[in-house]
Amino acid sequence: MTVVHHRGDGVVERHMAPEGLTDAVTELLAAGHRLALVAGHDDAERGFHVAYAFAGPGGARTELVVRVPRGTPAVPSLAAISFPAGRFERAMHDTLGIVPTGHPRPRRLVLHDHWPADWFPMRADASPEARFRPDQGTFSFVPVEGQGVYEIPVGPVHAGMIEPGHFRFSVVGETIVRMKARLWFVHRGMEKLFEGRAPADGIALAERISGDTAVGHGLAFAMAVEGALGLEVSEEDRLVRALLLELERLHNHVTDLGAMANDVGFGVVNAHAQRLRETLLRHHARLTGHRLLRGGITVGGAVLRAPVDTELVGRVAAEVAELVDVALGNAVVVDRFTGTAVLTREAAQNMGVLGYVARASGLAHDARLDHPFVDLGPELRVVTRDEGDVMARFAVRAEEAAVSARLVADLAGRLGTSPGSGTARSGPAPGDAGAGVAAGLSLVEAWRGTACHRVELDGAGRLARVAVVDPSFFTWPALPVALADTIVPDFPLANKSFNQSYAGNDL
Amino acid sequence: MSAVEVAGRVLVAIVQVAVVTALAPIVMGVTRQTRARLEGRAGAGVGQPWRDLRKLWRKRPIRATGTTAVGVVAPLVLLASGLVAGALVPLVVAAPLPQVPGDLFVVVSALLVGTVALALLGLDAGTAFGGMGSSRHMMIAALVEPTVLMAVYALSIPVGSSTLSLIVAARRDDPATIASPAGVLAVVALAVVVLAETGRLPVDNPATHLELTMVHEAMVLETSGPDLAWVELGSWLRLTVLLGLVANLMVPWGVAGGASPGALLLGVVALAAKVVLLGAALGAGEVAMAKLRLFRVPELLAGSFALAFLAVTASYLVA
Repeated sequence: MTVVHHRGDGVVERHMAPEGLTDAVTELLAAGHRLALVAGHDDAERGFHVAYAFAGPGGARTELVVRVPRGTPAVPSLAAISFPAGRFERAMHDTLGIVPTGHPRPRRLVLHDHWPADWFPMRADASPEARFRPDQGTFSFVPVEGQGVYEIPVGPVHAGMIEPGHFRFSVVGETIVRMKARLWFVHRGMEKLFEGRAPADGIALAERISGDTAVGHGLAFAMAVEGALGLEVSEEDRLVRALLLELERLHNHVTDLGAMANDVGFGVVNAHAQRLRETLLRHHARLTGHRLLRGGITVGGAVLRAPVDTELVGRVAAEVAELVDVALGNAVVVDRFTGTAVLTREAAQNMGVLGYVARASGLAHDARLDHPFVDLGPELRVVTRDEGDVMARFAVRAEEAAVSARLVADLAGRLGTSPGSGTARSGPAPGDAGAGVAAGLSLVEAWRGTACHRVELDGAGRLARVAVVDPSFFTWPALPVALADTIVPDFPLANKSFNQSYAGNDL
Repeated sequence: MSAVEVAGRVLVAIVQVAVVTALAPIVMGVTRQTRARLEGRAGAGVGQPWRDLRKLWRKRPIRATGTTAVGVVAPLVLLASGLVAGALVPLVVAAPLPQVPGDLFVVVSALLVGTVALALLGLDAGTAFGGMGSSRHMMIAALVEPTVLMAVYALSIPVGSSTLSLIVAARRDDPATIASPAGVLAVVALAVVVLAETGRLPVDNPATHLELTMVHEAMVLETSGPDLAWVELGSWLRLTVLLGLVANLMVPWGVAGGASPGALLLGVVALAAKVVLLGAALGAGEVAMAKLRLFRVPELLAGSFALAFLAVTASYLVA
C-alpha cells in the first residue's frame, strides 16, 4: 500500500511496503530517473526507515520510503536492477546493519575488516567507540591466474600529496588485467558527526566533507535544510551561491588541467597552472575569508566580503586557454591522452557515473540544467565529448573552465555591488509548525559532479540525520572498468583524469 | 713507455676522474635549474645536488628486512662503473693508454656493469616497484646497446680504430669529418641513447613522484642515506661522462693532446664549459618535452638505431 506525500521542498515522497520496492524502482529507472541517494534512518523503538531518493527528468525528485522492523532489519536488494543501489546497500549494511536480501555480493564496503562485525555506528544505541581487533579477513581480490601474471600493490600511502587509497593491479607484462581499489581509509563518520547539531553548525562540517568541494557540499547541505524548513532564499543570495560554485569549479579545473599535463612529464604547463590556481585562491581569500571559499554559504543566505574581481578571473581564464593550447600543441601529450583509459557511454550509464567523467563519455548530466536553483542564462553550456578517454576528460574540463569564467563574469554583472544578504536564518522548528520531523533533499552540481544531501530535522529543529553523497561514490567504481587494456605506467594519468575524492567517498 | 710517461698517464686519469666527479652534481644542478627557470619556477639552485649528497652522507642508511649484500654493494659498483668510465673516456685528454683499452666497447661494458648493478638493487628488496623498474630498465638497456655499438662502428671506420681517444683526436685534427654525414648521424644516434641510458625525458621522467610510471627512481625507492648518495652520484657521473663524450665528439677542440699542465688546464676548462652548456641545453630541451608512452620508447630507440645504421652505411658509401 503506497501513501504519496508532496513535501514542501518539491519532493514526492512515497511510503510503501518493502515488497513493492523492486517494481517501483524498476518503473522509475525505466522512466529516466536515476538513483541519487539511499539513506537508512534509525527511529529507535519504531525500527528503521530507508529512503531511496531519485532524480528525474525535468527536475523531478522522488523518494521511496520503506519501513524496516527492528528485529529483522532487511530490505529487498536492488543490486540486480541498479549497480549504485547495490553499493548503497552494502554501505547501509556496514553502518546500520540493515541486510540487503538477495544481494549478489554482500561484502563489507565502508568498514574494513578490523571493525567489529556486530557494531553499527549509525544506530542510535551504538557505543561511541568500537572495539577494534586484528583483520578478520583479507581484502578479497579475484585472483587472476596464469603464466606471467603478477600483482602490484600500491598505497594507501603514496609518494605525492594524494589521499589514501589502496590499489591492487594484476598485471601481465605492463598490461593491467584487473585493478581493484580499496578506499575508506579516511572514513571519519561524517554523517554521524552531523547528528544533534543545529543546522547553522552543520555548514562548517559540510564544507569539510571534501576540502576541495567546500561550496558544493556546503550549498547542498544548506539547500537540504532550507527545503526541510521551507526557507526561501532571496534571488541575490542565490546569485552569490551560483557565483561561488563556479569559482570553485574554475580553480579545481585549473589545478587538474596542470596536474594531468604533469603526469605525462610536461611540467611547464603544471608550473603555470599552479601559479594561476594560487592567483585564484588568493582572490578567494579576499572574497570569503578562506582560500577554498569556506564561509560564503550560510543556511538561508550567502555572503561575500569583497566584490568579485572579474578582470582577474577573465585574465586567468585567458591564460588557462593558452595553457591548454600549449599542452595540446605537444604531439607526445596528445598521444598520451588519446585513447587512454576509455570509459564507454554504456558503462558510464550502467554505473551511474556523474560529473565531467560522465560528460566525457557522452552523458549530459548536469544538475545546473536539471535541477537549477537560479537561472544561469545563455552562458551555461553543458560540455560533452563522446570518446570517453583521457583526452575527452581533459577537453571537457578545459571547456568547462572557460564556461565557468564566463558565468562568473555574467553573475558578477547581475549582482552589481551587492555582497549578498549575509544573513544566516533559521525557520520555525518543525515541532512549532506542528510536524514531527521534516525532511529535505538537495542536488547541487559541484565541480566533480552532482552532490546530493538528504537532511532530517527533529521537532526541535536539530539535525536528526544527514545523508551525504559525493559524486565520487558513483564514479569511483568506473575507474577499474576504464582501465581494461591500459598499461601500468598510464594508470596515474587515468586516475588523475578521473580525480575522484577519497574523503568525499569515504565520509 | 718510460715510467715517467706512465706516471703522466695515470695522473691524467686521476685528474679526469676528479674533475668529472666534481662536475657531475653541478651539471645536474645546472640542468634542473635551467628547467626550473624556463618553467617559471625559482629552482633550488645549481648547488642543490651537492647539498643533497652532503645531507645523504650524514644519514644512517635504512635497509629493508630481507635485503642482502646487494643493497650495500650495488650502489658502490654503480659508482665505480661511473668512475671507470670517467677515467677511460677522453674528456680532458685524448691520448690512449697502451696498457688499458680505451675502446668504446670497454666503456659501454663498464657502464653496463653499473646498469646491471642498479637492476639488481631494484630487485633486492623484493618490492613490486623495484622489480617493475628493473624490468623496464633492462628493456631500455637491451634496446640501447645495439645503437651504441652501431654508432661506434660508424665513427671508427674513418679513423680505422675504435679507440675513443683516437676518434676524438682525429676529429679534432680533421674537422671535416665532424660534419660528414656519417659523423653527424652517428652522434645524433648516440645523443638519443644517452637520454635513454641516463633516464631523461622523453624516456623517463626524473622529476616524477608517481611510482607506477618510474624507471630509474623505482629501482632506488628502497635505498637511503649514503647508499642513495652513491647511487645518485653514480647516475650523475654516468650522465656527465656521456654528455662529455658527446660534447667532445661534436666539438673536439680544447681536448688536450698531452699531459702538460697548460694543456691539462685548458682541457679541464673546456670540458667544464662544454658539459655545463650541454646540461643547460638538456634542461631547456626537457621543458618542451613530454614523456613518451612506455611502449613508444622502443620506437624512439629503433629510430636511433636506424640513424646509427645509416651512419655505418654512409661511412662506406660517402667517405
